[in-house]
Amino acid sequence: MLSLLVFLPLAVGVVLALARRLPDAAARWGWVVLSAVEVVLVAALWLSDPVPAPSGLQFEQRVDWMPTVGSSYHVGLDGLSWPLVAVTVVVFAACSVHALGAGRRPRQQAALFCFLQTTCLGLFAAQDLLLFFVFFDLSIVGMYFVIAGWGHGNAARSALTFFLYTFLGSLALLVGFIGLYLAAAPHTFDIVELSRSAPLRGSGSVGVLVLGAILLGLAVKTPTFPFHTWLPPAHTDAPAIGSAVLAGVLLKMGTYGFVRIAMPLLPDAWRDWAWVVLAVGVVSVLHGALVALAQTDLKRMIAYTSVNHMGYVVVAVGAAGVVTGSAEQARQVAVTGAVTQMVSHGLITAALFLLAGVLHDRAGTYDTSSFGGLARPAPRYAALFSVAAFASLGLPGFSGFIAEFQVFTGAIATAPVSAVALLGIVVTAALFLRAVQRLLTGEVRGHSHGFADVHAREFWSVAPLLVLALLIGVFPAPLLQVVQPAAAQLVDLVGR
Amino acid sequence: MTGLGTGLGSGGWVLWALVAVPAVVGAALCAAGTSARGRQRWAPVTAVLVLVLECVLAALAALQRPSVSVPFLPFAPFALGVDGLAALVVPAVTVVALLAVVVAAADVDAARGRFCGLMLLFVAAVVVTATATTLPTLLFAWEVMGATSYALVGFAWWQRHRVAAGEVAFLTTRLADLGLYVAVAAALAGGGGLALSDLPAASAGWRDVVAAGVLVAGLGKAAQLPFSFWLSRAMEGPSPVSALLHSAAMVAMGGYLLLRVAPLLAATGWAATTTAWIGVSTAVLMGVVALAQRDLKQLLAASTAAQLGFVVLAAGVGSVSGGAVQLLAHAATKALLFLAAGAWLSALGTEQLPALRGVARRWPVVGVCATVGAASLAGLAPLSLWASKDEVLTAALRTSGWLYAAGLLGAVLSAGYAGKVLVLIWRRPRAGAEREFDTEETGDRHVGWLEKGPLLVLAVAAAALSVAALPPVRQALAGVLGERGAPGPEPGELAVSAVLAVLAVAAVGRWGVPEPSWARNWLGLGRLAVSGVARPTERLARALARFDDAVVHRGVASGAVLVLRAARAAAHLDRAGIGAGVERVASAVRRLGGLARRPQTGLVHHYYVHAVAVLAAGAVLLLLVR
Repeated sequence: MLSLLVFLPLAVGVVLALARRLPDAAARWGWVVLSAVEVVLVAALWLSDPVPAPSGLQFEQRVDWMPTVGSSYHVGLDGLSWPLVAVTVVVFAACSVHALGAGRRPRQQAALFCFLQTTCLGLFAAQDLLLFFVFFDLSIVGMYFVIAGWGHGNAARSALTFFLYTFLGSLALLVGFIGLYLAAAPHTFDIVELSRSAPLRGSGSVGVLVLGAILLGLAVKTPTFPFHTWLPPAHTDAPAIGSAVLAGVLLKMGTYGFVRIAMPLLPDAWRDWAWVVLAVGVVSVLHGALVALAQTDLKRMIAYTSVNHMGYVVVAVGAAGVVTGSAEQARQVAVTGAVTQMVSHGLITAALFLLAGVLHDRAGTYDTSSFGGLARPAPRYAALFSVAAFASLGLPGFSGFIAEFQVFTGAIATAPVSAVALLGIVVTAALFLRAVQRLLTGEVRGHSHGFADVHAREFWSVAPLLVLALLIGVFPAPLLQVVQPAAAQLVDLVGR
Repeated sequence: MTGLGTGLGSGGWVLWALVAVPAVVGAALCAAGTSARGRQRWAPVTAVLVLVLECVLAALAALQRPSVSVPFLPFAPFALGVDGLAALVVPAVTVVALLAVVVAAADVDAARGRFCGLMLLFVAAVVVTATATTLPTLLFAWEVMGATSYALVGFAWWQRHRVAAGEVAFLTTRLADLGLYVAVAAALAGGGGLALSDLPAASAGWRDVVAAGVLVAGLGKAAQLPFSFWLSRAMEGPSPVSALLHSAAMVAMGGYLLLRVAPLLAATGWAATTTAWIGVSTAVLMGVVALAQRDLKQLLAASTAAQLGFVVLAAGVGSVSGGAVQLLAHAATKALLFLAAGAWLSALGTEQLPALRGVARRWPVVGVCATVGAASLAGLAPLSLWASKDEVLTAALRTSGWLYAAGLLGAVLSAGYAGKVLVLIWRRPRAGAEREFDTEETGDRHVGWLEKGPLLVLAVAAAALSVAALPPVRQALAGVLGERGAPGPEPGELAVSAVLAVLAVAAVGRWGVPEPSWARNWLGLGRLAVSGVARPTERLARALARFDDAVVHRGVASGAVLVLRAARAAAHLDRAGIGAGVERVASAVRRLGGLARRPQTGLVHHYYVHAVAVLAAGAVLLLLVR
């Protein structure tokens, strides 16, 4: 079942790519149907086995792939990957609905996104380092073509920057993976086996170096300060649905790597690195928020808030490595918050980028100061944007609060210095309120004249994301009872 | 306690309904109001019906005292409960909300769906805040309250200065709210538990952090020093909003929280003293600020901060019942005055005090009601704020004489600013007063019964709440709040404050009030926040943005350029070095080959000559080697 979920989009994508005679409308709707089927599949899988076992994987499958190098096609889900798989299918479904309108080369676009969806799902399901790496790199390739082929502005250059930067990061990751492979006896790339044996435990500097390579690779992808500068141009020039997938799903590959690979496989090296990770997280939070405050381009602003929001995840996982003198419960809270933040940021930022795309579709610009009083001609747009802004600034009642509240509670209780990062939520509030003020309020001016309110496809792509963020914000228990046991197990692994 | 089921058994459905009904209907009204056109008359009707139901539910909840809890976060359930304090405050909030929405039905005529929806959402948030029994539950509602207040203050979004005022309110209070985030973490680390009643049990160091965090958050919401300035800006919102948010609910919730955690403040030692002194300082300084105002709503706002100062003082000196009664008396009094100010504003288009001269004579019903409110605010006997303030002052006297003296000064100041309003609205209007009208908006010179009715109700409440000073009522109240009956104010104390109030009002009537110009601008606190916090943050943000582009990204880009340059160098080396070298070797070999071809002439005598030469050379070599 899991493999079907992962590879169905690829199969549909191949059909879409080959069927040259297919009318555009059929390609668009075909993609929508596929993404709806994926959502249904995830829901069915969830219902069939709602609460994962405390240890071990659900829907596990293992087939020999490259036995000579100890690598297999090994997939399975647990409490850390489940939520991200769910977010992936939801974000892609929203994008497929958003793309129902006009757009260049819809058939090729749909095929490309189907391919991209397989790489994302495959990555979150992968339980083998090489498999993980293959999906990681293929996602970069896919996103390169999305930006270069459907972007605007300086798309070719931004796409190239994105590709080279993140590809370079993935090479560092590969070096780390090979280090782990060589250290394991017998040699293997299998994540489950590696986490059981933790091969570099007590190896001192070797483990620290291997983790350093892995951290570098993940830090580029997440992205954290100072490896984040590929993100703003990539977002600014990407199409709306490309940005939504990039921010909503692809960034999570970096943070997911922390909890799936770096922490459980190199626990004692993680403890050595914990303060560095924590410091990088705090700097990312504050730097991302402050630089976002200075932006006038809406998409650049949202891109920098992603640096800030991913910074909270880094703070949390860093704090989870500060083992001495802290309670296990607090570290569990931090890790649960980190995973929740990945889910929450995926939903909310995807919605924000889709809304930013509406601005560009209408007026050809993201410059907030060239709008004003949008609430008059476009009240529904204003309502959606305001809700998304408040969700993103961590207002209780939305998923962002559930995530950030746990991150802060856990991190401050573990390492009180992380309280500095709290200032990030005030700056984020300031920048979103300012964006709301510039875009929506005041007298109607500039590009706001004659601005058409959101169409059905735009509404139905954004609203479900926000409703999900609201549901998680008000009823977090169903999500948290999936995440929490896995977080507890991870904290246990890091502490051993 | 855990689980919906146990909650429902003990009247839990009342509590859930109390929260869910306004939340759900409010969200629905907001959504419906977004795209609907026209007057949206259905919105105030729905909101009033919901709030009537809400008042009934609040009364039921106050009688039944239910408590409920559902799983929320792994380390903290979502837990609500109605205790004595909540049983007093929640019904009061719902009644004021109902009255404010009734007035708004007449007063607010644009986007009523959104307005009523936001008011209902706000009420839901206040109910959760007031009944929360754990810190995370409290924080949840606390911030929603702040966000809805932003949306209500900035309700008229087409006027950017009002939106900006909402931003100031939200950002200032959110900055203070960080205290609650820290407090939750400290409570978790301190191991005492996250229930509000467990907070004093945290380990000593963490307990100080919890207390400090809660204190900062409470002071921020209650507009105490140094956060008071946001309340001044918040006056740009509609008057019914001020009547609810800035009298009975949001600002009051700051004081309410501090009352609720009074045992925690007391447990730390330093926190209670600090709280008391901040409260009494706010009462005095904001009293002076109120004296200096020439705009009615600004005066009322400053007096809100000052009156809440007495609640905060009560929390500091551990007089929960005194603080609670002060909270209720102030809610009734100030809601009344804000609604009167709103009625005058919509009728005359101004809230400038000189223009309101004699306004009570023009609309006697509003005038009499406002008089009751102003007299209560002045602390005139036998009205409610006179009684409640003395209850607090008595408790302060038990702690420190200085606190009592400062509190008494605050009481005299409130008599001064309330007397200023009282005297002014009954003076004979000047000729040509019309010219001073319509400064803020265009008034319709009319006050309808929808505006008068709620004023009458509140006037009765503002007067009647003084029964709380009667000994039997005091005893009952202390019982409800679970306090051991501390002695109430001595008759002498009551008389002193009553006489002082009368003297102060009389002096105002006779000589007028000093309006110290240094206090007109709210002690420059707002300007300080802008120049000391907001502007530096923006400058830092711009500097970091430049740093990001010019250093971080350029660093990476120059790294890429270096790689490119290295590649070119390698290419050059390839072409000019290795490639050329190989070619040179090849051409040398070719030349050698050419040379080697030259002896091959095909002529036999040449070959003989070669053979002779080689033999001769061999012979010479042999000779030399030997």
